[in-house]
Amino acid sequence: MKILIIEDEPQMMENMRHTLEREQYMVETAADFATASTKIGVYEYDCILLDITLPDGNGLALLKQLKEQGKDDGVIIVSAKDSLDDRIKGLNLGADDYLPKPFHMAELHARVKAIVRRRTFDGNKLIEIGNVTIDPESRNVYIDKKEIALNRKEYDVLLYMISNKTRLVTKTALAEHVWGDHIDQADSFDFIYSQIKNLRKKLSDAMASIEIEAVYGVGYKLQVK
Amino acid sequence: MKLLNHTTKYFALLLIVLISVWAVIFYFAMIDEVYDSLDDGLENQKQLIIRAVNDNPSLLQDAEFGVNNYTIKKTRVTTNAKFIDSYRDTLMYMQNEDEYEPIRMLESTFLQDGNYYKIKLITSMVEEDDQIENLFTYLVGLYLVLILSIVVLNNLVMKKVWKPFYTLIDRLKGFRIEKDDPIKSEQTAIDEFNLLNQSVERLTEKSRDSYVAQKEFIENAAHELQTPLAIAINKLELLLEKNELSGLQSQEVGGVLDNLTRLTRLNKSLLLLSKIDNRQYLEEEQVDFNRLIENVAADFLDFATHREIHLNVISNATVNYTMNTDLAVIMITNLIKNAIVHGNEGKKVTITIDTDQISINNFGQEKAIDGNSLFTRFKKVSTDSRSTGLGLAISKAIADKYQLQLKYAFTQQHNFMIIFPPSR
Repeated sequence: MKILIIEDEPQMMENMRHTLEREQYMVETAADFATASTKIGVYEYDCILLDITLPDGNGLALLKQLKEQGKDDGVIIVSAKDSLDDRIKGLNLGADDYLPKPFHMAELHARVKAIVRRRTFDGNKLIEIGNVTIDPESRNVYIDKKEIALNRKEYDVLLYMISNKTRLVTKTALAEHVWGDHIDQADSFDFIYSQIKNLRKKLSDAMASIEIEAVYGVGYKLQVK
Repeated sequence: MKLLNHTTKYFALLLIVLISVWAVIFYFAMIDEVYDSLDDGLENQKQLIIRAVNDNPSLLQDAEFGVNNYTIKKTRVTTNAKFIDSYRDTLMYMQNEDEYEPIRMLESTFLQDGNYYKIKLITSMVEEDDQIENLFTYLVGLYLVLILSIVVLNNLVMKKVWKPFYTLIDRLKGFRIEKDDPIKSEQTAIDEFNLLNQSVERLTEKSRDSYVAQKEFIENAAHELQTPLAIAINKLELLLEKNELSGLQSQEVGGVLDNLTRLTRLNKSLLLLSKIDNRQYLEEEQVDFNRLIENVAADFLDFATHREIHLNVISNATVNYTMNTDLAVIMITNLIKNAIVHGNEGKKVTITIDTDQISINNFGQEKAIDGNSLFTRFKKVSTDSRSTGLGLAISKAIADKYQLQLKYAFTQQHNFMIIFPPSR
């Protein structure tokens, strides 16, 4: 699984590389437009993380280049601008996703996983982990082939935790993912806690081979038994 | 009071005083002249009579005013040394007017054939009260004519002269710093107005510049903060993941992360606000508020359930309004979230959609919140440290942008209303 990070801010790039390498991806980097353009031209990537504000050019031009060369690498635009304009332009130019900075590492993993999943399991889109099977299309969850009923938020939490399996997901990252952009209330943590509690109970009642454990009150981790 | 009327008022007052004083002086001067002329006439007549008596002594018998306007009486005095001619005003019965009228009378003495005679001459006089009445009438007339001419002059000439001034005032009245360009005025022939126009132009230009600079500064600052925030958050997340920290250390790092996330949210809200202010959301379309509210309410269902709040949407009408969809979602989301967060557990939150307004009601603390500061930026009603205090300010900014009214009222429930303009 090959990933290209195009990012001019060295520390930002280092963080992303570090976390993605832990997922056993082959990570390559480009710190400027010219390098990025060359790499895109020569290699194929499963996923490209593209910062559109580069010192020597606009990242959107790289999207055009990909299109012209007939490549279908998955592209996630990573931008500090979070402008609606760029988002729309980027998505129109064939980007798959738009991730505004700052983001949580867990969110990055979830987005990358979604892209990779879409590209890899073209026919079979089911996610399997332990004895748990998830159908992202219908949002159904099965444990040992038996469907369990989850509400919307519980499903979102589970999928997010699975995308970040065996990794620490902080409470805020989880809350923001499930809650969306507009979370700014203390109640959300409390709310997430109760969702997790319900989810755990449903998983253990159905004898799932995965469990969500709390980590020092900082966050949660999904473990496969 | 308008400037023009104001000056007219002073003119009117000044004229009353001036004309009154002038009237008194004029009256006395005129009366004086009249007496002078009458007295001269009497004196002349006296001379004529004395000469006539000389020729015709029978005239000395005219002891009564009859057809003549004089009387002559013989006196016992032997010298007229002490006698001075005296003029005085008196009354006499007049046949024609059938009443006593003022007359002027001259008393004098003369020597005729060794005897002193006293002669009284009269002449009819102006009627003082009539005179004053006439004078008063004419002066009031003059006063009115003067005032009228001043008003007319003001309205025709002054209005024309002051036109640049009123134009400037009109522009200033309508000037909105967030919308308008600086006020530019044409040259006028009057130096003072030119100076005023220039000063206003400079002032609005400066205000506008600093307003734009301030907005840009906030936006740029918020933008520039994003990357360092991202780096800091991600580094701490990686540090936590390394599993090298003790429980306590992890919690400390978690605390820092929480605060950084709060900072991020604050930053995003500021960016959103300045984007709304800077009119960066240009794409507008018909927003179906009924569907939008159903969707947002559905998103909040789990959270409402968690807070044991019953979320109730009542659609009495279909509401469509042209605005940016994302902003409409943010506006409604903030209001509904606000109602759920501040709503009492076990109670209802009711969203009512009517033809021209959407109202969101929740039970909460049993007293009204200060409606004035409610929508102010960074005004926090609760002591909740995780609230940015910008949610309602953002909703308000969005409402303002699209000519919607966002109002708050308290009647047992806290009530937030979005009122749509009547002509849609």
